[in-house]
Amino acid sequence: MTTTKKPVDNGVNVEAILGAREALTEQPAGAKFKWRAKCEWLTGTHSRSTIDGFYGLGEEQKHRTKFTFDCDHPEIFASEDKGATPVELVLAGLASCLTAGVASVAQNRNIQLHSVTATLEGGMDIQGILGIDSDVRNGFDGIKVTYDIKADATPEEIRAIVAQSQKRSAVYDVITNPTNVTVEVRA
Amino acid sequence: MRVTTAIIGAGHTGLAMSHCLTARSIDHVILERGEVANSWKTERWDSLRLLTPNWLSRLPGQGYHGDDPDGFRTMPETIAFIEGYAAAISAPVRPHTRVTSVRIAADGYEVVTDQGTWQCRVVVLANGSCSVPAIPPVAAALPASIRTLTVNQYRRPDQLEAGGVLVVGASASGTQIAEEIQRSGRQVTLAVGEHIRVPRVYRGRDIMWWMDGAGVFDDRYDEVDDIHRARNVPSLQLAGSTDRRTVDLNRLSGLGVRLVGRLMGIADGKAQCSGSLRNVCALSDLKMNRLLERIDAWATAQGLDGEVDAPERFEPTRVEDSPPLGFELGDIRTVIWATGFHPDYSWLDVPVFDRKGRIQHDGGVVHGHAMYVMGLPFLRRRRSTFIDGATADAQDLSAHLAGRLDHALS
Repeated sequence: MTTTKKPVDNGVNVEAILGAREALTEQPAGAKFKWRAKCEWLTGTHSRSTIDGFYGLGEEQKHRTKFTFDCDHPEIFASEDKGATPVELVLAGLASCLTAGVASVAQNRNIQLHSVTATLEGGMDIQGILGIDSDVRNGFDGIKVTYDIKADATPEEIRAIVAQSQKRSAVYDVITNPTNVTVEVRA
Repeated sequence: MRVTTAIIGAGHTGLAMSHCLTARSIDHVILERGEVANSWKTERWDSLRLLTPNWLSRLPGQGYHGDDPDGFRTMPETIAFIEGYAAAISAPVRPHTRVTSVRIAADGYEVVTDQGTWQCRVVVLANGSCSVPAIPPVAAALPASIRTLTVNQYRRPDQLEAGGVLVVGASASGTQIAEEIQRSGRQVTLAVGEHIRVPRVYRGRDIMWWMDGAGVFDDRYDEVDDIHRARNVPSLQLAGSTDRRTVDLNRLSGLGVRLVGRLMGIADGKAQCSGSLRNVCALSDLKMNRLLERIDAWATAQGLDGEVDAPERFEPTRVEDSPPLGFELGDIRTVIWATGFHPDYSWLDVPVFDRKGRIQHDGGVVHGHAMYVMGLPFLRRRRSTFIDGATADAQDLSAHLAGRLDHALS
């Protein structure tokens, strides 16, 4: 029996990623990246972040265009709701990072994806940020990510892709592990 | 003193190589810092047994002929086995001869020891992969009031103060040690990173019997997808015991061991744990099931399905919905680092290392040198990790070594 199978294409250039991996194994200095954002206060709780340049492969790099993200708080917080809340952007960051990983891992494992949807929910007791109860933390008390994935693969293979994506995800690591944050003020 | 080949280390790999060189009439000496089977004598905890059954703990020319092929050797039995082998093959061991430097010399290498200097043409590094405990940087932040031990310093529970014990690492050593300390009445907290879960017995046979039969141990270093990754896989979560019990995280939490995520930091008297516990357990369960599938497929292909028990899938690792992300160090009296080992090549003054200090070699043949390395995980095959792997590795590498000498003469 002969079958003509369409080559798996999730839009991920795995050869380029593997090539970069090989090159950076030889040249580890090139693997040192710096990601940057700039944020300007507008009014009230409304602010706008711009993301433009970053550093990597030994030199300054630029995105193809400048990206802007508005953040605010909803009206029930007496704000004007001109953008998503910052914690919602964190959920978006986690979702996009894991989903990029799902596509890459699936491509590398020669598995065709048809649809990938992540639904995220982060629980939070706002007694923390309002300073009502110092025993309540400010951040999420947990994040639930639910994936609905259609792919040419068994449920076990799909679970393995999602598990591997968590293992290699930057934002998953940022959220699950402590990170030193240094905030300075230029006066 | 002059010799063709200097083998450094009189453990099972050095002796296996000695046997193969003798068979090829290649003169050699084994330089041993202590005695034959030194690490087994001085760096193992009391209750440890080999993880491989007796029938699978072979050396070149020496199979198992005892009456307990499925048993697991205790440390005294392992030492007696290796000492007996050294005597049986009349291995030219120089005990209490510590190598302090190996350097390039005219026509080979100069091996400096505290008992004199040897000139040789070929060096075989057989000094073991478990010499220097790999302790994560977070250790530096532990309060001085907490006693710390590495796996090779730990002997038995009554060596520890009463009170809580943190075991860091959930591979073969960490899980076994956590189990016996918890059973001694001390509350154990086990920090769990990536680990490889396997049942001790599957479908009525030892998991090693299946892995051996299905060819898992014969996967070769030059055929697997990513050898660097394969060499860094943690040890199988296995224990050798008379009741053949599986020591996995479910058993440990059933005994009352508290499971937490990987230890990431220490701040304000608290340990900080990773929120990745559920994923590392999911990865491990998935990996175990893939192994069991490979075994089941092999069993069917061999027509074993009627002979052995039916296929089985085990309960997924039980992890609470929101595992603790930290805990007070106040209750912890002892920390045991079961976080792996590095080989010790501090005396090797030959430029053979990569930027991370690992020897660059091709299946044990050191790049650009008349030098061989043995006994590292997945050196040439998955089997290389175990005592039983020394036979095929020593045969392959001694053949390469002999070819090199013949070539040099012609």
